[in-house]
Amino acid sequence: MSAKAQRPVDEALAREFGLTAEEYGKVLAIMGRTPSFTELGIFSVMWSEHCSYKSSRAYLKTLPTTAPWVIHGPGENAGVVDIGQGLAAIFKMESHNHPSFIEPYQGAATGVGGILRDVFTMGARPVANLNALRFGDPDNAQTRRIVDGVVRGVGGYGNCVGVPTVGGEINFHPAYDGNPLVNAMTVGVARQDRIFLSAAAGIGNPVIYVGSKTGRDGIHGATMSSSEFDEDALAKRPTVQVGDPFVEKLLIEACLELMATDAIVAIQDMGAAGLTSSAVEMAGKGGVGIDLDLDNVPQRERGMSAYEMMLSESQERMLIVLRPDRTEQARAIFDKWELDFAVIGHLTDTGNIVIRHKGAVEADIPLAPLADQAPVYHRPTAPAQPPLPMEPVIDPVGTEQALMRLIGCPDLASRAWVYNQYDSTVGGQTVRRPGAADAAIVKVEDTELGLALTTDCTPRYCRANAKLGGAQAVAEAWRNITATGARPLAVTDNLNFGSPEKPEVMGQFVDAIAGMGEACRALDFPVVSGNVSLYNETRMPDGTSQSILPTPAIGGLGVLDDVRLAVGLEMPDGCDIMLLGETKGQLGQSIWLREILGSQDGEPPTLDLAAERRNGDFVRELIGQRTIIACHDVADGGVLVAVAEMVMAGQAGCVLDSPQSGMRPEAFWFGEDQSRYIVAVRDGTALAAMAERAGVPCRRLGRSGGQGLTLPNGSTISKERLVAVHSEFFPRLMDR
Amino acid sequence: MKAAIVVFPGTNRERDMAIALRSVTGQAPAMVWHRDAALPAGLDLVVLPGGFSYGDYLRCGAMAAHAPIMTAIREFAQKGGHILGVCNGFQILTEAQLLPGALLRNASLRFLSQDCFLRVERNDTPFTRHWAKGDVYRTPMAHGDGNYIAEAETIRMLEDTGRVAFRYVAENGRMDAGDPQLNPNGSMNAIAGVFSENLRICGMMPHPEDLVDPLMGGEDGKPLFTGLVEALVG
Repeated sequence: MSAKAQRPVDEALAREFGLTAEEYGKVLAIMGRTPSFTELGIFSVMWSEHCSYKSSRAYLKTLPTTAPWVIHGPGENAGVVDIGQGLAAIFKMESHNHPSFIEPYQGAATGVGGILRDVFTMGARPVANLNALRFGDPDNAQTRRIVDGVVRGVGGYGNCVGVPTVGGEINFHPAYDGNPLVNAMTVGVARQDRIFLSAAAGIGNPVIYVGSKTGRDGIHGATMSSSEFDEDALAKRPTVQVGDPFVEKLLIEACLELMATDAIVAIQDMGAAGLTSSAVEMAGKGGVGIDLDLDNVPQRERGMSAYEMMLSESQERMLIVLRPDRTEQARAIFDKWELDFAVIGHLTDTGNIVIRHKGAVEADIPLAPLADQAPVYHRPTAPAQPPLPMEPVIDPVGTEQALMRLIGCPDLASRAWVYNQYDSTVGGQTVRRPGAADAAIVKVEDTELGLALTTDCTPRYCRANAKLGGAQAVAEAWRNITATGARPLAVTDNLNFGSPEKPEVMGQFVDAIAGMGEACRALDFPVVSGNVSLYNETRMPDGTSQSILPTPAIGGLGVLDDVRLAVGLEMPDGCDIMLLGETKGQLGQSIWLREILGSQDGEPPTLDLAAERRNGDFVRELIGQRTIIACHDVADGGVLVAVAEMVMAGQAGCVLDSPQSGMRPEAFWFGEDQSRYIVAVRDGTALAAMAERAGVPCRRLGRSGGQGLTLPNGSTISKERLVAVHSEFFPRLMDR
Repeated sequence: MKAAIVVFPGTNRERDMAIALRSVTGQAPAMVWHRDAALPAGLDLVVLPGGFSYGDYLRCGAMAAHAPIMTAIREFAQKGGHILGVCNGFQILTEAQLLPGALLRNASLRFLSQDCFLRVERNDTPFTRHWAKGDVYRTPMAHGDGNYIAEAETIRMLEDTGRVAFRYVAENGRMDAGDPQLNPNGSMNAIAGVFSENLRICGMMPHPEDLVDPLMGGEDGKPLFTGLVEALVG
């Protein structure tokens, strides 16, 4: 499209670009004239939900973001925390939901690529990837296609760049039928004295473009991500970007090589809204102007307009402000890695972004009002429909059969089919691979430090009670890190919700953040980075739209000062198997209730954050003293599922005692009471005494040993049978 | 032992390999860039590590086989130098025709990242001397294209001349090339690694370099490296 063929700018065009009439009015006021086509494009992407957080910003500010170990909280490309020995962990999680429905392979692949860039742009070598995935009903015809593409995409990108994929989570629910969630998390490690930020500085300093060439892919991707799908969603394939992990790998190495010098003033990846957002944000944060000449942008296609280049979301590109005398040094590094390197502009004192193309000024926008006057909405909220009260239940199948159904159900079945397609060992630092512990453990190369990494959210709890669900997601991440012996440090959040224009969805959003904030504060577990994905809706045949389950996914990071002290699920023979934390037998919103009785009723289990902290601190201390030899938190499916998982993870079986709990067996074995851990210790009596002193409820469950799982009624389920049933689901769904 | 690791654009297991070599030699291996014209002098071992050289575009290893450094590597091979190629390195060695055969897409058409068991087919080579013949060891594998294939005649020659280095087997050593549980990528004769005619070049798909530390789950891969040190320094 040449500039001449572009339509005249008016309110109708602004609406097509996703701006409201009121927002367009603001644009006119800021510009004092009718904006050019390119200028309108820049406003529309910068003020899209995806880039501006206009519906969420007011609430995100309420989250706790500081702690003595937090070096950079939200506002940078990723969060940065002190892990000791002069090192920092840099991490973030980000969604690529909409593209992954339209084109699952590329959607997921570029999701991984984008989050990697957010991390290495700050100077970190990426050391681990995780991903939190939500898919529709396994029986839905689309689900298999989407699972296949997403898993191949995550693996295709992560495996090639050589960053191990070490953990994550997967849920299935019909609410994700037309809108899967792909949340990718990257963790990197950098020296604390070599962290790179994005604020541009130094009038006259050159602005450098490196990486892939710019094409017409992904134009207006950020706007697409800020709207609901309609029946034409699949026709939007051209707005999905295409990733090249090979170029990303070169870009990582080239950037890290450049970062070892002192040539860089500021650096940021070109993510959503591409050159527009990187240039606007870098100059805006630095309080300077920026002048770009698009003639110098490396281009993959001919005849691209300024509008197209500014809005392209071509992947694997970075924008760098260099010290003026270092251009040739930097160019040599990118030449070595055979990547494009172009000086495309310089910093100015005008406070404006000026875009030149073929001798004409295509855009000239004052940066301060573009940022400061970005819309902020306090959208109306309404209470969500509470769940129906739970009917009194009668177990129709018995403990053993219920266990077998649970460990084979989509939400609890083995994920080995998935993670066996992800390279989890590249780098040679993976201490606990997927499934071996509650959090993945990655050693920090050349140190004794270990990182404990997890992603968590229980969307069905969030739908029933968004505030509790938000708190539970944070608590479970904290618990999973604790269960390895690591000290939880901070989280990144990926808030996936439906349309904020629906008051009940907005209500869920506000409540979930309130719950998250409460848990983060109670557990000293601040939010240091994150991402919001709204408008996750599926258009139904009758014209209505169905929102996803509220899904505030939490990516948690903890540290082990001595990685050798990490524990996993595997129990040795001859241990007392003990349950720490209070068991009330709450079955509301449990997997048991859903899988055995087909009911999604009841309140989710209660969460006492003081007990959470007390129990977790107790467990962590005893892991550090090597008193606790194996540990597993009790989560979806309750105590018996957790014990079965421990049996499946190692060689030793387990013989369970009769619980003598005074409650019904299904409530004891399958209730999902929070803040609980199953631990293996040499001396259960001694543990009970210590627990009593610490005010932590403790009871004996049984003893490790034997060849399978022996239930209190004396029936033994062999490990082979457990594994076979646990492993059936994914191959049956995918390889048929 | 003086070792060098060759780095191509897209190589990604060079650090793992360097850690493994350092753990047995106590010294860091030289890192050689694909555009270099020469190898460092006095090398005992050249390693082509895993990864996705040139993005695996065209064919795995096809472009790397024509990289400038390959001229020096061929000369090194002709002079009887020792070369280990792992994963992408194995693919490059077959593309460069320093080893016979080729690696096709896994039979499942999926990337496979899991532990496998390898049986040592002979122990009178520098690569296998720290095992006994018939020993079975565990090692991670992580590849999309590890399905070993060659013409029937070549397979027969490899078998007859004892040039199969390792085979995929069960933990107890049983081989069944038709069982995807035991021969995960579908390789002919369950071949996981082969030798050159002079037994000085070894290519293999799995990653012994990722299992040299109890902390990472074991030292099952270490005998390959300690054996090389003993053979090449001794």
